[in-house]
Amino acid sequence: MPTTVPAHGPDAAARLASMADVTASDAALRRFLHGLPGVDAVGLEARAASLGTRSIKTTAKAYAIDLAISMIDLTTLEGADTPGKVRALSAKGVNPDPTDRTTPRVAAICVYPDMVATAKEALGDSGVHVASVATAFPAGRAALPVKLADTADAVAAGADEVDMVIDRGAFLAGRYLKVFEEIKAVREACRRPDGSSAHLKVIFENGELATYDNIRRASWLGMLAGADFIKTSTGKVAVNATPANTLLMLEAVRDFRAATGVQVGVKPAGGIRTSKDAIKFLVLVNETVGDEWLSNEWFRFGASSLLNDLLMQRQKLSTGRYSGPDYVTVD
Amino acid sequence: MSDKSEKAEAVRLSVFKTYKLFVGGKFPRSESGRVYEVTDAKGKWLANAPQSSRKDARDAVSAARKAFAGWSGATAYNRGQILYRVAEMLEGRREQFVREVGEAEGLSKSKAAAVVDAAIDRWVWYAGWTDKIAQVVGGANPVAGPYFNLSSPEPTGVVAVVAPQESSFLGLVSVVAPVIATGNTAVVVTSERAPLPALSLGEVLATSDLPGGVVNILSGRTSEVAPTLAAHMDVNALDLAGTVDDAALAKELEIAAADNLKRVLRPQAVDWAAEPGTDRMTAFLETKTVWHPAGAGAASGSAY
Repeated sequence: MPTTVPAHGPDAAARLASMADVTASDAALRRFLHGLPGVDAVGLEARAASLGTRSIKTTAKAYAIDLAISMIDLTTLEGADTPGKVRALSAKGVNPDPTDRTTPRVAAICVYPDMVATAKEALGDSGVHVASVATAFPAGRAALPVKLADTADAVAAGADEVDMVIDRGAFLAGRYLKVFEEIKAVREACRRPDGSSAHLKVIFENGELATYDNIRRASWLGMLAGADFIKTSTGKVAVNATPANTLLMLEAVRDFRAATGVQVGVKPAGGIRTSKDAIKFLVLVNETVGDEWLSNEWFRFGASSLLNDLLMQRQKLSTGRYSGPDYVTVD
Repeated sequence: MSDKSEKAEAVRLSVFKTYKLFVGGKFPRSESGRVYEVTDAKGKWLANAPQSSRKDARDAVSAARKAFAGWSGATAYNRGQILYRVAEMLEGRREQFVREVGEAEGLSKSKAAAVVDAAIDRWVWYAGWTDKIAQVVGGANPVAGPYFNLSSPEPTGVVAVVAPQESSFLGLVSVVAPVIATGNTAVVVTSERAPLPALSLGEVLATSDLPGGVVNILSGRTSEVAPTLAAHMDVNALDLAGTVDDAALAKELEIAAADNLKRVLRPQAVDWAAEPGTDRMTAFLETKTVWHPAGAGAASGSAY
């Protein structure tokens, strides 16, 4: 196995170039993606369900809760977002539980591109990143120049991370190279004038990809195109992150690292609301790709209400009393 | 002829009832999987009742919290209708409750019937109070300014009720009905020794249009479940009716309840058969006072 390099590092491009033959043409790419082994759907779901039955208690639970908090991309993606709400969310991300300063910070605040500057200003030098969705989120139905301008805008406003959506229409129509080129173009748009680059998360919208085989193909496609993170969903459709589709993506990043030596992160998003769910995902990570992925550099939760539940569980562990929604913020 | 019917009886297998908790409008077993033996007044085995754990208490509180907005937001008239419906459903199951109460409390059939009748009448009594309590304990206050000043009673939230230990049915109804009549939601810890009438009441409530989660019924060891509820930060009030004979437990629960300043109704000896008055309703009401400008008329000295 080749030595590992991070997807966002300088050496990743050379590793990806070694796979250039499979991405040379639409036909080659289709041959490669359709040549990936089919997914055993029943086996996958059974595996995800059995890993969900692990009992995580006491000190392990306390560790898992703090880890999960530090992995959250605290998200607000509403039409009704105001600068005030973004500032409030940023304050919460930096200091999730004002009554207990030992609570870790979240990983990032995730907002629409026009709110990036507000979030950046509110977060200051706290170390919490600003993530911005881009490329006509959540539908992704816009012309490429519009998507690139959207991305460049977010980066110029100071986004540390960009969450793009793939063109599901093109993907489902089998035009894989179009999707591939688009991801590459967005990746270029993430570049800053000083040569550094905003991290790119690629959202597949698993709920719209219809089959597990498609999710596996999309994962490989995204990673070949240079994704730093692959992300399950926008949170805007009926089916979002499930243990099964996240497990499938974790297997994809594991296999991708084995093949190329490039390590890619995973971000399940949408529908993860309770500490219990979050801990199930952490078990999946640990059992599938191991503890190298157990940090917010490689695994994130896209969530808004999850943080409150984690904080209530944290309060329960430290005081012995069950907490309630009166003791956490509303948003 | 009698031979034949005896044979027919012999082949009929008995259908045992599995008593279950009532949480969020559903009938789960205890999360812990535990049960304990329930006996009648003479010590004869009646059934196994679920022995609730801390987690059952937690689940019941979340269910009650979830139900609170809808129930407290329902019109008082609508709550009255539903409480009356509970009485109707109880009437239909009168025989079953007479048997269960008789066995649990060692009463003759006629005495048990009197207890059940009193309990049904109590539901009706509280059903009538839902849209009247606001007039009795709220109202307009005289103030020296051009304002209306109105006090209105509001339900306090989730109320944990430790039900009376001896009066397993009439006592239970007498503590649960006033709590929900005013728009609170309840988590009820049943009589430890005689939980069966309470668990059967859950079946009645489930068929009475009462929204799921408004009443949640937990059977088990009072000393195990009640402290969790008393310490729970999302419980707003505590009725200690069932700790009247256990001063040490009552004290422990009151101390735990002080953490988030729960309203506590302290244990007191009560004759459950007597007419209850409004005390148990007002114990779990908070008064909201609103100032409202009275407009030009008041400013110019109008009496209105």
